[in-house]
Amino acid sequence: MIFSYYPGCTLKNKAQDLDRYARLSAEKLGVALEELEEWQCCGGAFSMGRDEIASKLASVRALNAAKEQGRDLVTLCSACHNVLKQANDAMANDADFSLRANNYMQLAAPYRGETQVIHYLELLRDRVGFEALKKAVVKPLTGRKIAAYYGCLLLRPSKVMGMDNPENPRIMEDFLRAIGAQPVTWAMRNECCGGYAVMEDRGLAAQKSERVMDNARDMGAEAIVTACPLCLYNLKKNTLKEGRLPVLYFTELLAEALGVKD
Amino acid sequence: MNKFDKEQILHTSGVNVLKCMRCGKCSATCPSYDEMEYHPHQFVYMVEKGDIEKLMASKSIYKCLSCYACVERCPRGVEPAKVVEAVRLQVIRRQGANHLTPDDIPALLDEDLPQQAIVTAMRKYSK
Repeated sequence: MIFSYYPGCTLKNKAQDLDRYARLSAEKLGVALEELEEWQCCGGAFSMGRDEIASKLASVRALNAAKEQGRDLVTLCSACHNVLKQANDAMANDADFSLRANNYMQLAAPYRGETQVIHYLELLRDRVGFEALKKAVVKPLTGRKIAAYYGCLLLRPSKVMGMDNPENPRIMEDFLRAIGAQPVTWAMRNECCGGYAVMEDRGLAAQKSERVMDNARDMGAEAIVTACPLCLYNLKKNTLKEGRLPVLYFTELLAEALGVKD
Repeated sequence: MNKFDKEQILHTSGVNVLKCMRCGKCSATCPSYDEMEYHPHQFVYMVEKGDIEKLMASKSIYKCLSCYACVERCPRGVEPAKVVEAVRLQVIRRQGANHLTPDDIPALLDEDLPQQAIVTAMRKYSK
């Protein structure tokens, strides 16, 4: 199985663990992730303005590069996944935006949203399969109680993201079961950590993150897993030290279970 | 009021504000509710009425986290976050109106701050 891969800016810097453990695990599972050449930063957030064109072009270039390679495009960072999916949807369904973007880019062939963008979790669920993953596990995380934190960007807007039920998702819980861990049931798993507001109002982000952390702890989790570098940052840096659970990338647990964590 | 503001905001957001039935679910689910002077449902009906200057002058436009909770949970598919975004764009697209500039960034850095936070804030708070 060969896929094009879009790591994104943060995975090359502060979130190198998210990327590294994903690559090691993919290799173990027989999945080849080929990083796109010359990808550009997605911008971190999809601009909801329909008349915003330039801020979406980096995503369109990445989507078109995967199309030209004839491959599905795997993402890992929640924000990149959200931005690429929404840009792709706009290229397929917003005629005005698609026309303007294609008119500017003058690609060999117009891009109309043909690339299929799949998150690494979807790769595990839909291509590798959680049953096959379970069989590949050499060090099951037996007895480890983990809170799967989706945050906002993996699930919403669900009509575009289409990963799972936005209010009652199970993909991360099923992933945790496949690697032998015990997912915790908790309410705040799809609520916001405060996100980029940390740049504008650290107190607001702290308030949101603390609610997430408190709920995971109250429900008996010993750690939280996420796919988002900004969620990880907010939960680790903007919560009270007392009672703070470890926050990990889901790929770190995956690599541990597959015996490839260095 | 500037009559172009409403027209531009409706165009940019692509939202049909007339679909709103005032149930308030968007504001009830908004994680920034307590921080906002005007709440998501108010953005929708104030744009409908053309009462836009107050929105444009309010810090509320910088409190939306783009979490899509209101978009997901609106029973009428109104997508209030897109209205908030369009009002913010209407402000920051003006000359000299960026809310965050590259010069502001160094003071906000710490050793663990992910690039994602910086690029997202720049995208949301400046043109």
